[in-house]
Amino acid sequence: MTDLTELTISGIRDGLSKKAFTATELTQAYLANMEKARALNAYVFETPEKALAMAAESDKRVAAGEARALEGVPLGIKDLFCTEGIHSQAGSHILDGFKPPYESTVTANLWAAGAIMLGKLNMDEFAMGSSNETSYYGPVVNPWRSEGSNAKLVPGGSSGGSAAAVSARLCAGATATDTGGSIRQPAAFTGTVGIKPTYGRCSRWGVVAFASSLDQAGPIARDVRDAAILMKSMASVDAKDTTSVDIAVPDYEKAIGQSVRGLKIGIPKEYRVDGMPPEIERLWQAGRDWLREAGADLVDITLPHTKYALPAYYIVAPAEASSNLARYDGVRYGLRVPGDDIVSMYEETRAAGFGKEVKRRILIGTYVLSAGYYDAYYLRAQKVRTLIKRDFETVFADGVDAILTPATPSAAFGLEAMATASPIEMYLNDIFTVTVNMAGLPGIAVPAGLTGDGLPLGLQLIGRPFDEEMLFRTAHVIEQAAGRFQPKQWW
Amino acid sequence: MSVDTETVRRVARLARIAVSGEEAEALKGELNTILGFVEQLNEVDVTGVEAMTAVVATAMKKRTDVVTEGDRAEAVTANAPVREGHFFVVPKVVE
Repeated sequence: MTDLTELTISGIRDGLSKKAFTATELTQAYLANMEKARALNAYVFETPEKALAMAAESDKRVAAGEARALEGVPLGIKDLFCTEGIHSQAGSHILDGFKPPYESTVTANLWAAGAIMLGKLNMDEFAMGSSNETSYYGPVVNPWRSEGSNAKLVPGGSSGGSAAAVSARLCAGATATDTGGSIRQPAAFTGTVGIKPTYGRCSRWGVVAFASSLDQAGPIARDVRDAAILMKSMASVDAKDTTSVDIAVPDYEKAIGQSVRGLKIGIPKEYRVDGMPPEIERLWQAGRDWLREAGADLVDITLPHTKYALPAYYIVAPAEASSNLARYDGVRYGLRVPGDDIVSMYEETRAAGFGKEVKRRILIGTYVLSAGYYDAYYLRAQKVRTLIKRDFETVFADGVDAILTPATPSAAFGLEAMATASPIEMYLNDIFTVTVNMAGLPGIAVPAGLTGDGLPLGLQLIGRPFDEEMLFRTAHVIEQAAGRFQPKQWW
Repeated sequence: MSVDTETVRRVARLARIAVSGEEAEALKGELNTILGFVEQLNEVDVTGVEAMTAVVATAMKKRTDVVTEGDRAEAVTANAPVREGHFFVVPKVVE
């Protein structure tokens, strides 16, 4: 029998329906892979018993001819999603021992569709980071290595565990979240496909909040079709999330294989940044060529406020985080460090429970929201956001169907390579992805090639609000041309 | 705008995070780097621009004012680090 963990989700669907294998066999194969891959530190909590129980249920359903959309598909779940009665700690020390009494809407949707939970995936603490090095559970190691080198590389972040696990065949697909690039940047660093849907497409209910006006859940998958299949089940209209938008969820998979002939693809000049490596420029050119050869029209566009997206983000995101993370007070859940009085209990608990990056962002957020600064910082940043959004609205109104950009300014970098860098240098990783969050638009990262050292690079496509189908359609063309990328197993 | 160590301490107090003298000093540098970086937003003319509130114009959803999942005191308090029955226990706050 071929290695079951090599199958895509669509392959699993076909194989199960033909009774070529059982969900239990498939799940066992993944559990075995997970055991061998502990050196990657992708999982923070494995749930083998639950996985096998869910697989048994799937096998019953398949036998009865009642298979659901994701029947028997083994998934990894980012630790940011609350899973009832199971470790959900957002990669943080402050949520020690937290077992939610409820299930997030996104994961509930997946289980209702027949998916199987393999465990919880590592991530940057509270999704704050671009290298998965801020996790309380230690860094995730990228399954990719430069040719001829044993040096450990980061998988990107914050969904580093999700991306590494998908790339290394430790799950068939994974949930992830993206506040400034946390799905697309790790997908690009690991040769996987990641989509951040439009804000409001996936319910945020039960997802530990970082920056509420930016956070959005989405899948990381092996290929574009699998990402479309997962999106269909993750997305929903949810009364429990007031920012969930009342638009029916389409069958995204139908967009795969549709022609891009005559589509207008925008190429924004502002994404040609100073010091961009020639490899990234070549990759972007290749993407343009592939789309043109497939019949799309390429048009030069301008998004003049692009350079302000990252600074505006570093006001909005920390401000919202400082408010959201106020709830970790040592009273209702998680860690508690005793103090002489209630204030010292709060202060000592939060000092011990939060890592450096989280503290830094809470303090920035508290500062920009403090008396006298709200208008100068937060309000101004939210107005700049309107201008960023307007840039996109203008080009979409001119008939542009999707926008093509690089996903990241570099390939994966070394573990601890940024240890002495200033926070801004790390933040620059999100320079191509963060505008999409600021405008609330959907964006997909699709693998498009390798560096000279053999590391994966990705391209990004940005679409109109709620036009994820356009992203699957165009990304599939790039995938067809570029091929697929898989790391050589060394772990 | 830049912050001094005293401001870092004040903000940390507001955020309820204990910081040592050494940490406050390091944070001062980091916060100033970030504040320096975001300074470029002052170049943008935002006169007459509304703050962004939503991706697509939507009416605010209002749920019906009813209890949906009430009477779950045990589940609500189950994760508390210190509790007595269905009460959260905190250091004394009233003399």
